[in-house]
Amino acid sequence: MSMAAITVPTVTHAPGNADDLTEKVSVRNLDFYYGDNRALKNINVSLYQGKVTAFIGPSGCGKSTLLRVLNRMYDLYPNQRATGHVTLDNEDILSPSQDLNLLRAKVGMVFQKPTPFPMTIFENIAFGIRLYERLSKSELEDRVRHALERAALWEEVKDKLGANGLSLSGGQQQRLCIARTVAVRPEVILFDEPCSALDPISTAKIEELIDELKDDYTIVIVTHNMQQAARVSDFTAFMYLGELVEFGETTRIFTNPNDRRTQDYITGRFG
Amino acid sequence: MDSSLSRLYARRRRRNVMTMGLAYAATGFGLSWLVLILAVLLWEGFSGLSLAVFTEMTPPPGAAGGLLNPIMGSLVMTVIAVLIGTPLGILAGTYMAEYGRYDKLTSVVRFINDILLSAPSIVIGLFVYEIMVAQMGHFSGWAGAVSLAVIVVPVVVRTTEDMLTLVPDTLREAAASIGLPRSLMIQKVAYRAARAGMITGVLLAVARISGETAPLLFTALNNQFWSLDLNAPVASLPVVIFQFALSPYKDWQSLAWTGALIITLAVLALSIIARLLAAQRRSS
Repeated sequence: MSMAAITVPTVTHAPGNADDLTEKVSVRNLDFYYGDNRALKNINVSLYQGKVTAFIGPSGCGKSTLLRVLNRMYDLYPNQRATGHVTLDNEDILSPSQDLNLLRAKVGMVFQKPTPFPMTIFENIAFGIRLYERLSKSELEDRVRHALERAALWEEVKDKLGANGLSLSGGQQQRLCIARTVAVRPEVILFDEPCSALDPISTAKIEELIDELKDDYTIVIVTHNMQQAARVSDFTAFMYLGELVEFGETTRIFTNPNDRRTQDYITGRFG
Repeated sequence: MDSSLSRLYARRRRRNVMTMGLAYAATGFGLSWLVLILAVLLWEGFSGLSLAVFTEMTPPPGAAGGLLNPIMGSLVMTVIAVLIGTPLGILAGTYMAEYGRYDKLTSVVRFINDILLSAPSIVIGLFVYEIMVAQMGHFSGWAGAVSLAVIVVPVVVRTTEDMLTLVPDTLREAAASIGLPRSLMIQKVAYRAARAGMITGVLLAVARISGETAPLLFTALNNQFWSLDLNAPVASLPVVIFQFALSPYKDWQSLAWTGALIITLAVLALSIIARLLAAQRRSS
């Protein structure tokens, strides 16, 4: 399928001139290993405050791996390690002394498959808030409501906050997960193929949401869908075989890539 | 369809019918024994079922009586065994599924646990006889409860580990992604997701120990009289059934049948509850 003809972004984000950009997360010389297998090779990339960055590339190229370094999710598993430097607001997050729970409260994550907790809709969101803040009942209710409004879910669930989170539809569950992430007040939100399990209408809603959220958060999205990357992101990183081939403003990557491999991928010649 | 193809198809159909017939026959053969056992139990045990069974003590031969003391003894020892075995089993299973999933120790523990799971219960009875009865100098309800607890632990370890392993990693990652420490993730998310299955495991353990005779013979022994003193021998349904069924007295034999029926119905009820819980887990 040829993508070139249809990747003209419908919403063009003008990322402004370079002086406006504040580097929120900086990745320098990052290598990542699953056991002896080197999955990321010398990655250098910057994530800018208030911008959406998309990681694209064929399956197995390391996009999700890179994403999971940013909140050190890989630390849950043995034999996975990262070397190099990753800083969040100039603080080294790969340092062994980094408190992982605090890091993950700052760097939230939304997964491919919706993952509501086995509890009520209200509790799904209140749960994370209570971890770090002691609030009165009414304050907590306000926060839950606010989070659900941010995730454009409030109108659909306001009358059944006591229902199980798993009783919602797939798209609603995914927005519940976004609300849960937003409720903890992170600074960065990582989306790991957030729409690949959703129908087109739900997908459109999530994309709209990402566009609204970027005013307040730094957003990273991994996606297989190149039109999606073109629609929602300001910056795009193209990855291939564990390397970051090209990084730049989305409009340029999709219209005038520097690297032959990027060109081949976005025109659908492989992947 | 040409003729060779249809011949092939006809042959396959015949083979299908034959295999189905064999499978049905095997199922029927297996089930018929089960039905037969239940029917005999009901036939022999139901006639003896009366209020007296639940209110009177085991009688001497020739006198009227019931099964109150062994029923109580079984209940008390089962409850204590579950109270001892469940926390141990759940904590060990949690270690294996959550903290030490990739550790060498876990595979060693799992291997030993599987051996314990299938260990003959008479060996467990002898073991507890050696460490408790021989040391204390007398049979006791405590020793009985402990030997039952030793049977509970591996069952609960196994089901806890299995059920926690079924909780998808994505749920753990989701919990971690909002900054939840692992201990809270286990308590609030993993346990909640695995709850029905874990309760099922405990119920199955109860069902398993409520019929055990061998470990009690060496530990709690038996008691003809009302006694809830756990430092002394305590009566239990399986041991009373064993003793009464082997006796030459008609009325004792009849009480043994009734006791067997009571245990079977109790285990049946527990299994049904466990099934319902498991079904609920699947549908939620």
